[in-house]
Amino acid sequence: MKKKEIQSRRTVLPKAPTSIQGLDEITGGGLPKGRPTLICGGAGCGKTLFAMEFLVRGATLYNEPGVFISFEETEKELTANVASLGFDLDKLVESKKIWLEHIHIERSETEQSGEYDLEGLFIRIHSAIEKIDAKRVVLDTMETLFSELPNPLILRKELHRLFQWLKKKGVTTIVTAERGEGALTREGLEEYVSDCVILLDHRVIDQSSIRRLRIVKYRGSSHGTNEYPFLIDEDGFSVLPVTSLGLDHISSPERISTGIPRLDTMLSGKGYFCGSTVLVSGTAGTGKTSIAAQFVEAACKRGERVLFFTFEESPNQIVRNMRSIGIDLEPWVNKGLLQFHATRPTLYGLETHLSTSIKLVNKFKPSIVILDPINAFVLGENQTEVNIMLVRLVDFLKMRRVTAFFTSLTSGNDTMESTDVYISSLIDTWLLVRDLEIGGERNRGLYVLKSRGMAHSNQIREFRLTNHGIELLDVYVGSEGVLTGSARLSQETKDEAEQLLRQQEIGSKQFGLERKRDALEAQIVVLRSEFEAEESDALKVIGIEKAINERFTQDKIKMGKSRRGDVSIKMPGANKKKNIFKGM
Amino acid sequence: MSIEHEILKTSRLKTRLVKQNVQQGDTKWDLNLYVVGKTSKAATAINNLAIICEEQLKGRFQITVIDLLKNPQSAHDDQIVAVPTLVRKLPLPERNIIGDLSNRERVLVGLGLKEPGELTLA
Repeated sequence: MKKKEIQSRRTVLPKAPTSIQGLDEITGGGLPKGRPTLICGGAGCGKTLFAMEFLVRGATLYNEPGVFISFEETEKELTANVASLGFDLDKLVESKKIWLEHIHIERSETEQSGEYDLEGLFIRIHSAIEKIDAKRVVLDTMETLFSELPNPLILRKELHRLFQWLKKKGVTTIVTAERGEGALTREGLEEYVSDCVILLDHRVIDQSSIRRLRIVKYRGSSHGTNEYPFLIDEDGFSVLPVTSLGLDHISSPERISTGIPRLDTMLSGKGYFCGSTVLVSGTAGTGKTSIAAQFVEAACKRGERVLFFTFEESPNQIVRNMRSIGIDLEPWVNKGLLQFHATRPTLYGLETHLSTSIKLVNKFKPSIVILDPINAFVLGENQTEVNIMLVRLVDFLKMRRVTAFFTSLTSGNDTMESTDVYISSLIDTWLLVRDLEIGGERNRGLYVLKSRGMAHSNQIREFRLTNHGIELLDVYVGSEGVLTGSARLSQETKDEAEQLLRQQEIGSKQFGLERKRDALEAQIVVLRSEFEAEESDALKVIGIEKAINERFTQDKIKMGKSRRGDVSIKMPGANKKKNIFKGM
Repeated sequence: MSIEHEILKTSRLKTRLVKQNVQQGDTKWDLNLYVVGKTSKAATAINNLAIICEEQLKGRFQITVIDLLKNPQSAHDDQIVAVPTLVRKLPLPERNIIGDLSNRERVLVGLGLKEPGELTLA
């Protein structure tokens, strides 16, 4: 019984949703309700913003008014600072959703004489809470008190009392603190606020800054333990991954055309799965973007929306280049079905790329997303990070049932499969485009490396870019090996000539055979007539012989009768006696 | 009857206790003492302050005791965090002393009645 009670209590640990994108997912619903949470991190890592967003969202979305006790910035500064995120604090303050309280102590003007306590602070917090019936409280960098007030011992005791008091009041509190050396906070606040500790981190790797968030501790609740990248942009705070805590997306049995009829045929006749992840990899200039464009055009013709991320070419350039193979993307752009988004991979960090992608997908709601090429992100040694980002993106797109189409540039001297081995597990349908160098020519070959959940073709197809799109041709597979291009053509004509020759030979052989048969049949007729003549002669002789024989027998009988001899002439019925003996 | 007894008697830590004792020609001292409730700390502070003022500023000071429990808005208006806090409103500039004022020397320095250097000697 006891165990059960504990378990049920654990599962219903009340939480205050933050509505910060992604954070509620990894905390399992938000921050512990009615308890203090410590947010720590270095300068400029977004502590104040985090806390402010928590309050604003609480006030606007959950009808939980909030008090912001600021020890650093004045009310005016705060309002101005968060206005850039679209938070209108003045309005919220006016409608009694938010209360801002700036606490300021001028150290230089303060002298200490004897013991003191922080009842003044308590009263200020209390009256602020009372004023708007607040459910959430933020104490933004309490540590400044340590530099402003003398006697840290008293301060510590008082802070401890403050947190107990806030807990008793049942308000959800965020306490921010500066990160200290070798410890989570400079003043060891984590000792007092022990229900939930979230660490924000801001570091620079390879000249690009990455913000990360980690839940160090969450008492009484399970939570994601990894470091999660997060972002601060014009929409506020967002923690990534947005959705990748599970692998439970629903797979669609629907199929969509690749835009290339013969490629559809290779993929068991129907094309890609809806909401699957497609990768086209190949060396430079093998037509990866063209395959993508063909897919885009087909989708736009069906009236689907496509979001095209390009990291190497400008949208204009793609439109121009695709026109040369007979694919005109411009009308779709004008119609609003196709949206390009071109950025250099080096422009921001991976997380920013990921989040902008996610935001654009959320905004544009495409059914297909193209990333061309994905390995533009790989700079130096960051393969792992790129993979993590792609996993997140793929998961996100799968949840949205968006078909993802990636292209990947492989270097020529590597074996094709090994270069992309990292992301292989993410990919549902993997097409490989490769150069086939035969007979002084470079031709393109395409084959399906894998395609989950369908019986796909295992054949290599020759792949041609014509002025009316992409064409897939059978490659020559014969006694000379695999041939493509003009080698295939010459081999094919050679084959045709050989075939003609063979047909002629067969014809003449057949003719000879027929003649032979005719001759044979004529011979048979002659022989038969000869035989017939002989036969009739022979029959005649036999008849005469028989007659003579009969005559001779009858004559003998007659002679016997006339002589009355006692020796009876054997007659046909005379055998009877013998038969009787045999029977005995 | 000494002044401190009078303060204690009449105040009972109610909202405001004003004792005026201004002498002509001298600078007027205006002191605010912020306390919370009837704690022993508050009583000690009031007591200590009264003794010092009577000694040093006889007849030219005014003490206002503000109980934040009854007047929470003044905590906000006057930026009070720690209690007890003594604020020298006049003469300007404003100066703050926190604590129960049990360290007499520090109170004198805080009020500007004594130079900090003298403190070290004493």
